[in-house]
Amino acid sequence: MTGTGSIGRRLTLLLAGVAALLSVLSWWMVTGLARQAAERTQDNVLAASVTTIAETLRSEQGEVRLELPYSAFSMLGAISEDRVFYRVATGDTVLTGYEDLPVPSEVLSSGGRVVFDTGEYSGEEIRMATVARLVLAGTQPVPVNVTVAQTRGGVASISAELSQLAAFLSVAFFLVAVSLSAFAARTSLKPLNEIAAAVSRRGPSDLRPLRRAAPTELAPLMSSLNRLMDRLGQSIRSAEDFIAEAAHRIRTPLATVRAQAEIALRSAKDDDQKQRLRQMIRAVDESSRSAGQLLDHATVIYRSDDLVRTPVHLSDLVGQTVAGLEPTAAMKDIRLHVDMIPAMVEVDPVLMENALRNVLDNAIKYSPPDTVVTIAVSEQDGEIRIAVKDQGPGLGDGPVDTLTQRFQRGSNTQGIVGSGLGLTIAKDVLVAHCGRLDLETLEGNRGTCASLVLPSS
Amino acid sequence: MRLTCLALLLSFVATLASALEIEDHRLFPGTGDRMLKVISTADLEVFEPYLRTFQASQPSLSIDYTVVSSTELHRAIRSGAVFDLALSSAMDLQFQLANDGFAQSHRSETTSALPDWARWRDLIFAFTAEPAVVVLSTERFQGLDLPTTRQELVTLLREYPERFDGAVGTYDVRDSGLGYLFATQEARSTDAYWRLSEVMGRLNPQLYCCSGQMIDDVAEGRLALAYNVLGSYAAERLARDSGGQVQILGMQDFTNVILRSAIIPTTAQETAGAGAFIDMLARLGQREAPGTWPLPPLGQTGADNLVGFGPIRLGPALMVYLDPLNRRAFLTEWENALEQR
Amino acid sequence: MRYLLVEDNHELAEAVVNRLALDGHAVDHAASLAEAEDCLAAAQYDLILLDVMLPDGDGRDFLARSRAHLETPVIVLTARSQVSDRVGALDQGADDYITKPFDFSELEARCRAVLRRRGGEARNEIHLGDAIFDPLAGTLRHGAESIDLRNREIRLLEVFARHKGQILSKSHLMDRLFSYDAEVTENAIEVYVGRLRRRIDGMGVRIETVRGLGYRMETGEQ
Repeated sequence: MTGTGSIGRRLTLLLAGVAALLSVLSWWMVTGLARQAAERTQDNVLAASVTTIAETLRSEQGEVRLELPYSAFSMLGAISEDRVFYRVATGDTVLTGYEDLPVPSEVLSSGGRVVFDTGEYSGEEIRMATVARLVLAGTQPVPVNVTVAQTRGGVASISAELSQLAAFLSVAFFLVAVSLSAFAARTSLKPLNEIAAAVSRRGPSDLRPLRRAAPTELAPLMSSLNRLMDRLGQSIRSAEDFIAEAAHRIRTPLATVRAQAEIALRSAKDDDQKQRLRQMIRAVDESSRSAGQLLDHATVIYRSDDLVRTPVHLSDLVGQTVAGLEPTAAMKDIRLHVDMIPAMVEVDPVLMENALRNVLDNAIKYSPPDTVVTIAVSEQDGEIRIAVKDQGPGLGDGPVDTLTQRFQRGSNTQGIVGSGLGLTIAKDVLVAHCGRLDLETLEGNRGTCASLVLPSS
Repeated sequence: MRLTCLALLLSFVATLASALEIEDHRLFPGTGDRMLKVISTADLEVFEPYLRTFQASQPSLSIDYTVVSSTELHRAIRSGAVFDLALSSAMDLQFQLANDGFAQSHRSETTSALPDWARWRDLIFAFTAEPAVVVLSTERFQGLDLPTTRQELVTLLREYPERFDGAVGTYDVRDSGLGYLFATQEARSTDAYWRLSEVMGRLNPQLYCCSGQMIDDVAEGRLALAYNVLGSYAAERLARDSGGQVQILGMQDFTNVILRSAIIPTTAQETAGAGAFIDMLARLGQREAPGTWPLPPLGQTGADNLVGFGPIRLGPALMVYLDPLNRRAFLTEWENALEQR
Repeated sequence: MRYLLVEDNHELAEAVVNRLALDGHAVDHAASLAEAEDCLAAAQYDLILLDVMLPDGDGRDFLARSRAHLETPVIVLTARSQVSDRVGALDQGADDYITKPFDFSELEARCRAVLRRRGGEARNEIHLGDAIFDPLAGTLRHGAESIDLRNREIRLLEVFARHKGQILSKSHLMDRLFSYDAEVTENAIEVYVGRLRRRIDGMGVRIETVRGLGYRMETGEQ
């Protein structure tokens, strides 16, 4: 399954991205607003200044007079270190001030309203406030324009200061948002983790449907999970059914053939015929044994994935297996001797019986008649050992570990019907239980010892 | 090499002299061929120690020091005269130069350490805070109570018109930029100014262009009292004059404190030297103790018998009284007060 | 012995019936549980051979139902050899189980074991000369003595006992004695016959060698 990244991380990144966007957006807005506020402040002060000046306009002896009030300029110096320019003019005649100060672009229609404009003077950007007044000079009312201007250094520095503060706050906000989104992501995904935990808490073969309260978004996942478990359960059941069915279908006809062959053998006179019939019976036995082992192997495979461990008395396990093979051994006058210790193991009883039965069957098979097969159970160094010793020909000269490979037979097995799966089955079962199968030839080539080793529980 | 410099300088000064009304001039030669051209309102006697000290730290730099009146300095810079440094006590004129784009900016660690009110836009740098004081002749004030406020001074002048007739001196504000500054600031700040001016006007006041002459006349007994003298000059004269002829009086009701400032004109060529000089002045301006320097630092206002008043604010308001209309109105009133015949 | 074979596969059933008949057993065949119940109602049996997968139900369930009132021993025939099947069968009340295809000698051995456990009557005792041979118990009683015979000895003696006076070829005896997967020579027969002779020595019965043909059991001393 290819990984597509953690949902939690993606969610956090997404939320962080949104937070970053919002942070930048808010910073930009605040900076804009700050600049606007600073500009408005400057405008307000310029307006106050220009109004104060305009209020000193009077006429004297038919001439327009004015006296710049100290306050009009001191208020301009109060908020920033900007350069100040001013101009008082009637039409094109400049009464006082900086003559080449730019004329406001708007024609002043109504008196009293301060008009603002931005321009350039003396190499810098300036903000101008202009107000018009009508002054009665002589007989005519004379329109007088008073302009006060300031450079915008103060505005710029205030904006920069506030922008910096806004940036700092934005970053702080962003960091808080990121940590909150990480927290939110984690919290939102909690139901998912809880479901996962609930499923993993179950035993390996617990395929009951999940009944948990879950958010609506997870409902489809839950029902899919339940359907999957149902199908799994069904497939396991059908695997078991299949094996049972296979066993029955293979073995019943074989049984017929064998029985008929034995009957034929009884009534056969010809030695050749007898030989052939014996071979037939041997072939049937081999088929049956192979089939049996293949089915055992299949059982081991499907059960090993999902080991069901239950506490089992070793004496019960060994006893039942030995009892089952007793008649087989008796036929060859082989005595089965058991050395038992009381012990409990946590194993899959079906698989362990399978393993022991195969090893014991092997021992009986390769032992000459009138011998003893010993089954000795012992515990040592945290391991439980079931040692099956026979008095047969030993394992041969080949490498021992290959004997547990599928369908491998040793070099000492000539003339004996068997398939190589027996030891493979036993080894697979033991490996699934975190144990092992030890094989060794006894001293002087006087038999084999196959040990099933399990860790003590 | 030096001779050519000298020759060049003399010719330059000569041409300038025709355009500029120079009160004093001296060249302080250095070891190298760079020259710092300084135009200033401070008398050589007062300012020489500063020049010497600076040259000691930068021996390769020659200093050309020209003394002019504050109005003359203002006019010269406005007409584009080439100077590296312009030092003046007329804050308003300096401010206007800076505001109207005749100064270039300079920034250093030392200037950044100046207090806000001693600096404007990195164009103007104040390095002294000097009060306006009353200087009186001990001899001519014998038997009289020394006034502590303007009101007391007014009373005194009214009571003894015969003693003070023709013996009171002050700036002719029409000629002296500093005088004009003192007068306008005082008129704005206290109503006692016009009353005092009127009283003085009836006493046939002597009008001077500069502090120095006023103090000399007081010292020689020609004047009983000089009003609005620059405190530092007076103090300096007082130090020299051990005979106790001259006394400094600070008015308790109000005292004008001006900031002597420096600008680097846009026409400056030796900007590095100018910057270094300003740094030296700024450092001295920030000194704790007055020491032996002729001019006081920014932190104090001079002699101990003066109450500390805040200096005039270095800001656009200084331009108000420079406005021709305002100036005309003020001068009219001033003439009315002081030239009563 | 009288067997009841409950097996639905007709071919297998026929073969088993015939094969058991060769050994002198009588076998009734039921192809379903219903038929089996009919048979059980009608007659008494020494042993029931019960197949697990039957058309009208699982043989083991039948067993569970009938165990209470059924005293006849049951050996379950199964195609599976898992211990769970074994334990399941035994839990349900079977006495033993055997996997198909089975060796008839093994079946014989298991039957013998089951009947021995059940404490069967001494119906199967065979008189041999002065001795009484119980093939089920595997004992040879002579006077006060009782000898326990080994498995192969029992089988060999039983063959001789049931065919007293008949000549049995070595080859025939080989088939009766050994499983088909071992290569056994005729020498092994001689060894076992020799052992048996020692056993029955002095019991009024003997095994004669018929040169070129085989062996024959005769009563009377050697």
